Amino acid sequence: MIGRQLGPIAGALRHIALMTGAIVILSPFVWMVLTSFKPQSEIMAADLRLLPERWAIIQNYTEVWTRVPMARFLLNGLIVTCAIFALQVLVNLPCAYALAKLRFRGRNALFLVVLLGLLIPLHATAIPIYILFHYLGILNTYAALIFPFMISVFGIFMLRQFFMTVPDDLIDAARMDGVSEIGIVWRIMLPTAIPAVTAFGIFSVVAHWNDYFWPLIAVGTKDLYTPPLGIAFFRLNDGGTDYGVLMAAATIVILPLVVAFLMAQRRFIEGVTFTGLKG
Amino acid sequence: MSASAAPAPAVVAAHQRRDRREVLAAMALAGPAGALILLFLIGPLICIALLSLTDYQLGAKTMRLVGLTNYVEMFGDRVFRRSLENTLIYVAVVVPLSVGLGLAAALLIEAGTSLRAFYRTVYFLPVMATLIAMAIVWEFALHPTLGPVNVMLQAIGFSRVDWLQDRNVVLYTLAGIGIWQSVGFNMVLFMAGLQSIPKDLYEAASVDGVSNGWDRFRTVTWPMLGPVSLFVIVITAIRSFQVFDTVQVMTKGGPNRASEVLLYTMYSEGFEFFRTGYAAAVTMVFLAFVLTIAVLKTWLLDRRVHYA
Repeated sequence: MIGRQLGPIAGALRHIALMTGAIVILSPFVWMVLTSFKPQSEIMAADLRLLPERWAIIQNYTEVWTRVPMARFLLNGLIVTCAIFALQVLVNLPCAYALAKLRFRGRNALFLVVLLGLLIPLHATAIPIYILFHYLGILNTYAALIFPFMISVFGIFMLRQFFMTVPDDLIDAARMDGVSEIGIVWRIMLPTAIPAVTAFGIFSVVAHWNDYFWPLIAVGTKDLYTPPLGIAFFRLNDGGTDYGVLMAAATIVILPLVVAFLMAQRRFIEGVTFTGLKG
Repeated sequence: MSASAAPAPAVVAAHQRRDRREVLAAMALAGPAGALILLFLIGPLICIALLSLTDYQLGAKTMRLVGLTNYVEMFGDRVFRRSLENTLIYVAVVVPLSVGLGLAAALLIEAGTSLRAFYRTVYFLPVMATLIAMAIVWEFALHPTLGPVNVMLQAIGFSRVDWLQDRNVVLYTLAGIGIWQSVGFNMVLFMAGLQSIPKDLYEAASVDGVSNGWDRFRTVTWPMLGPVSLFVIVITAIRSFQVFDTVQVMTKGGPNRASEVLLYTMYSEGFEFFRTGYAAAVTMVFLAFVLTIAVLKTWLLDRRVHYA
């Protein structure tokens, strides 16, 4: 807190300002949900009535699943985000350990490249990766959605900073007991790093569930669409003017992360703001 | 063994064994990540720079080195210049407002105790929500006749605004959505910064006779927030340069290129018209901006903004 307690007038002004902001920020969410309850006729009436006269909630929310393969989109989102995170841990955690705790030639050079990599957004490397995948013949596959993100210089950086704080004694003791370096990474380092891995996981899942740019480029068949592509497709082709159903689809797409966020706010805020380290 | 004596041969051998073991382990552990960095980061960066000097089109059998032709064409192209200009305007609008409002929200929330968690949650919500889904919601909310924003404007006696079809307005509409989305992110970074300010600085200030809130902010809070603020400004600028989702789904750069931005130009040249070489040149400009901001930050941090 900054200094002392506010007086009653200052306290009221604080609430007025913050509440105004909160209303502006929440209104699109509220309008989305309320519209998803309304039948098309009431939406076309274009009034500011909040609640519908005739509730179309069941109709709108069932139509989403039948008009587009929404379940498939959500499943794709789940597959892609989980696969990306699992591979990221598999590839980047050992590297972070090596950078933090092992001495080898090229260590400083590798770390320098990691730091440089932090500055490069994926948008800058998208064209060459697209060409590479084109010639490998893996565009339009799950692999295309997942592979570019296997490496996360951000994950390496973050986990390396964490491993720097782990005492060497712990590692030396394990070596004395004859544990291999691989064993040290997975049986000793991974368990101690669970908080850092969790934070990184939240950052990773949020970033890739919401990502639109790369999936838009990498896949072109409906079967592989992730939720953001799916809803953009729905708007463009079928549901563009059927606002009740479209808003129901939007609600379904943002719901998993919003619910997870509301349940574990502190962790989410930590995880997502780790991106603050980027750039 | 005394400290000055040379280590026994057996110890040296053991050390060498250990060193070799460590190097081999490091290769095994860092190797895959190193290889992937080459494949997905360093390689593509070199490629994009080289491609920007060619006339490559995706799928073409041949390509020629054309020197700086793409760059010459680009800077002579009205669409590209418009795109660059729009991106700069977008960044110039979003950065000060998003950072300023984020700071204001953080200060106000931290200034009291009631409803803190509620405000923090609400302000952070747009950061989590899938931007594409919310862009579609905004598109509906800003609909010329059906959208609640225009209905409300008319109800209180104003005329309707074509938020996404008026070319004098569209870029600012998109900037508004960008601000709406990013304020909570900046707020959280500022809150972390505020919490790390030592309490005794405020006590010291009050001993020195600093009594009102504004003076407290001016003499303690703001100087202590210097590094965090620079950091937040840089992140917001870099993220704003990456504006794409809202443009692609809401306006396609229109009407009449009024919301054309760098990444959208890159996307449409590279992935819709397959003019890869030209798109690579656009990418280089984008990258130059992002890197300049990052380097500027490092430089400023090293020089000036050290208080802690």
